[in-house]
Parts: sequence; C-alpha cells; structure tokens
Amino acid sequence: MNDDAGYIRPELVCPAGTPAGLRAAIDAGADAVYCGFQNATNARNFPGLNFTPAELEQAIGYAHARGAKVLLAVNTFPSAGKFDLWREAVDYGARMGVDAVIVADIGVADYAARAYPNLRLHLSVQAGASSPEGIRFYCQEFGVKRVVLPRILTVSEIADIHRQIPCEIEAFIFGNIGMMAEGRCSLTNYVTGVSTNMDGVCSPAADVHYVEDADRNLTTRLGAVVIDRVACGEFAGYPTICKGRYVCGVKSGGYYAFEEPVSLNLSALLPDLMRAGVTALKIEGRQRSRAYVKSVVSAFRTAVDGVLAGRDPGLADLLALTEGHRQTEGAFRSKAWR
Amino acid sequence: MRGKVAEITLGPVLFNWNPDRWRDFYFRIADEAPVATVYLGEVICSKRGPFFEPLLETVAERLTAAGKTVVFSTLAQVMLKHDRRMVESVCASGESLVEVNDGSALLYMRGRPHHVGPYINVYNERTVAFLARGGARNFCLPVEIPAAVLGALCANTDSLGVTFEVQVFGRVPLALSARCYHARAHSRTKDSCQFVCENDPDGLELRTLDDGPFLAINGIQTLSHDYLNLISELSELEAMGISRFRLAPHTCDMVAIASIFRAVLDRHIDAREAAVRLDAMQVGAPFSNGFYYGKAGGSWTEAAID
Repeated sequence: MNDDAGYIRPELVCPAGTPAGLRAAIDAGADAVYCGFQNATNARNFPGLNFTPAELEQAIGYAHARGAKVLLAVNTFPSAGKFDLWREAVDYGARMGVDAVIVADIGVADYAARAYPNLRLHLSVQAGASSPEGIRFYCQEFGVKRVVLPRILTVSEIADIHRQIPCEIEAFIFGNIGMMAEGRCSLTNYVTGVSTNMDGVCSPAADVHYVEDADRNLTTRLGAVVIDRVACGEFAGYPTICKGRYVCGVKSGGYYAFEEPVSLNLSALLPDLMRAGVTALKIEGRQRSRAYVKSVVSAFRTAVDGVLAGRDPGLADLLALTEGHRQTEGAFRSKAWR
Repeated sequence: MRGKVAEITLGPVLFNWNPDRWRDFYFRIADEAPVATVYLGEVICSKRGPFFEPLLETVAERLTAAGKTVVFSTLAQVMLKHDRRMVESVCASGESLVEVNDGSALLYMRGRPHHVGPYINVYNERTVAFLARGGARNFCLPVEIPAAVLGALCANTDSLGVTFEVQVFGRVPLALSARCYHARAHSRTKDSCQFVCENDPDGLELRTLDDGPFLAINGIQTLSHDYLNLISELSELEAMGISRFRLAPHTCDMVAIASIFRAVLDRHIDAREAAVRLDAMQVGAPFSNGFYYGKAGGSWTEAAID
C-alpha cells in the first residue's frame, strides 16, 4: 500500500526468543515475529531460548488472532546424516501453519520446496546471498519469496538490488551487527569446536570467560583466546571474535581489527530504507530480554508509523539499548565503512 | 578408496602476489609439482583482477601443456558491479572448467558441468544431490567439516558419481566480510586501499593482546594463523571416499609440499615419515588439524597411525 509520501508500509519483523517474548513483541506492535525450535536447526541455539513444537503452535494461535505473522527460522546447515532434525522442523512449521519458513541450506530449501509447494520460503541472511544473481538462484530453484539481505550493503545498493530481483527484501535495522558475512564464518568453531553454521551458535556462553586482575582490569576470553582487555570501569563487550582487539605488525598497540563493539541502529535511515523498496524491517535479538524487545519494538512501531505519517522518526531513546551505548549505521550509510 | 584415483590439487592463490611471482610460481608448478589439478583465478577481491588477468591465459596454457587440469575459480563474495562482471566473465567461457564459490556463479553454471568450491555451504547429502542434478561434479568441502560428517557425506552420496575434495594443507579460510581488514589495518578503506595487501604474501598476522598468534588477514578474508596439515589423516580420508586433496598455495616450497603428499598417496613413504619432512619445512607457523577431529579448529591432535 502506497501513501502520499511514496512509502510502502513495511512489515516490522521482530525477534521472539521465547513464548513470552513473542507475546511482548506482538503486543508492542510487531507485524511479524521470527522464532526457532530448541535445537541446532536455528541460528540462535542458546540454552533457555526458543520454542517446543507445542509452544510454537500456541504462539501461532496468539499471533494470528492479532493479525501478526510467525516466521520460523530453520536457518542452519544440517550436516550429513542429521538431516531428519531439519526435515522435522520444516514439517512442524508447515503443519502448524507458520506464515513462512526462513531457510539457508540448499538441501533444506530443496526439501521444503518439494514437500510443501505452497509453503512460503524466505532466504535467511545465513545463505549469504549478496548479489542479484545469487538471490535469483534461490528464487528460481526454490521459489523463495523474500531475501534477508546481509548487513553489508549501502541503502542505494539495496535499492539497486531491489530493481533486479523477483522477490521481496527484508533488511536488518537494529541490534547486534556481526562483521563477517553471515553463514560464512567459522571463527567460533576455530576457537571453541562449536560451529555457527552446523550448531547455530556464535561465541557460546560456556566458552566465555571474564578475568579480573588485581587492578580490576578486565580480560575477556573466548576459549583460550584473549578477545579484549579493558581498564577498570570501561565497558567490556561480550567476547565475540570479530569485535575483539588484536595486535598486528603495521599498527602500534591493540586495535579493533574487524569492528568495535557497537550495535546497528538504522533509525535515521528508516525513510531511505522504506523508499529503497525494503518490504520488511528486521530487528535482531532473539536472545534479548522481554523488556528489551518491548521497548525496541514499540520505539520502531512509533517511528515507522511516524515516517508513514510524514513525521520525524525520533528514536534517540534507542541508544540506551545498543551495545556499550554505542551505535553504528554499519555499511548502510556509505561505502567508506568498508 | 572405491576405485577413485587419488589426486593432489592446488587451490587458487588467495593472496595478492606480485604478478611476476604469481606467474613464476605457476610455471614452476607446471614443470615440477606432482599435482593433477590447478585452480586459477582471483577468489578474494575483484580489485586485484586486473593484475593477473593479462597473465591468466599464458599460465593456463603452460599448466595444460604440462598435463594439469586447469579449473577457474570464481570470487567467494560477490556484491559490487565489478565482482558481478568478473564472475559472469569467468562463467561465460563455455569450454573451461569452473569452480563456483558463491550463489551467482551457481546461477550461471546451472545445467553445465562444474566444480563446487569450499565457499559454498555444502554440509549434507541433500545439498550434494541437488547441486549434482544441476551439473556439479566435484565438491571441495567447507574446511570446518569434521571426519564423522565427511564419512557420512561420502557414504550417503555414493550413487551420485561425484568426487569430493578437502583442503589438507595451508592456512584455513575462516571468514569473509564486506570490509577490507588490510585497508583497515592501514587506516584506509576498501576503495582507497592502494593494494596494501600485496605486502603480505601469506596474509597479515594478527596476534592477541597477550601476544599469542591467532589469525591472518587477507583483504576481506580472515584465515587461521596456523597451517592445516592432514598428512596423517590422508589414508583415513581416502578410505572414506575422498579422492582429491587440496593444497593451499603459500610462499613456502609448494613443490616440496606437493611431493611429500604425493609420496604418501603412492605409499612411497609412510605418514610418519611425511610428517617429519613437513615439520622440517618450517612453514612459519604451527600446524593444526582440529576441525577434522571435531575440536577447536586451531588445535592439534596427534593422529593414531598404525
């Protein structure tokens, strides 16, 4: 639907890590929520998170009664011999009537497309489709209806892609920003033996260590590897390899070789994204608290409605929710980020 | 090994080598290295393309004349216009073999015989079967796949008539990004990089704050600091049904490395002797094999050799 300012009303796609989080997101104004099962079939396979099949079924009822959609993330890569778990996840989703399944693996996409020709498929960011041709491959082969774009493109590049693909675009607007191309990173596995692609975990909590010395300087480690070290009172981010500080021969002292511990916040770019042809705006954070989800979703609901009504989005409050209270527009604003 | 002839292959040079070094390297490989297949082409950064492209034909001819099969590798990450054009042109040449490394190349090569590279996420039999129906003949598998999964993948795809390849030597590709970390280390951006990656022919080493060697940067790519070494696992891999063993090019003596791996496949020396010889090469970083054993990729497990 087009309004006078030329905007198409975007779908606000929000994280649902738990049934309570799902209700919070929907009550706060989410148009759609995304969630996963309690196993390796989704990319947020954390203890205490996600849904049992029974919980998902109830959640779908809650969402549909309120006009919201449920998108099921089955977006990791089954390893040989373990395909049944992913098949089962797709089967549950299809039978329960989820509004779409978010897939990344070619085998899973192939299964879902053949077994359930009417099931709507979204291509996960984990599939790493970053060019029109790459996206068209998945549209052509599996009838993918929407692609979740990697967080590496500028707004004008997104607009350009939009003109060259036959499916909808979903873009991240807020939350944790990984520095590496999603679905193409084995750094966690290199250090911990747990694979992000196969097991659905990045920087597993069991391998995270915070060590304080006598002067109260804090060292953060993942497994045996020092990720960062901060002086007493400074903010220490969760130890993620791509946001750590390292030393190399061409720089003096430690530096953030990949990215600083910042969060993505595209609130200022909302109007541009909406004009670029983005169908759905995605908020990251299935691992976050209900309170966090509620405030972020409400803020973006107000902002999106504001843009549609021709008002200033005004999202200053969101800074308090970003990592280390520091935010970035990442790749979206300009090529200089690269 | 189920009737498949075991081959040593040479993966594409991932680093920004000086064009003369790059050409001379391949000439020597053509003349001296016991490798059956050589992968050629720029996989990391389309900006580097113009340096090598004028030499590509000469190098490919020399390798072919020496009896090597030449396969052209495509870019691992494709997003910019330059990237897209580069992939399109590699895939457009109807006669040469292509190894695809991203979804756009999959689109171009669909229906024609091709190789699938290690940057395509191939973890299970269903993905192999799907891609094989589209023309994929050989799969170089992602480096993080452990032995148990490699075995299951081979066993479950036996009837498809495809071959499998795994990297057995060299720094391990771990991640790709849109951002150039070489440029960042030099306080530049990808667009203004001035090709600083050419200073580091094996990658720019990153150490942790407590001075432990950790990673190696290669433009938008992050690799391991240590070198993968699966010499002691070769016979196990062969027994699973993997028939092609990839060496990743480095500045160390790759002819010598290839000869050691070949000698083990030919049963001229045993794995223990080969391991000693590889240790003696002093490649400049420790060896690792953790991914194979389902452990942290950077770790080392002593193989149980009988």
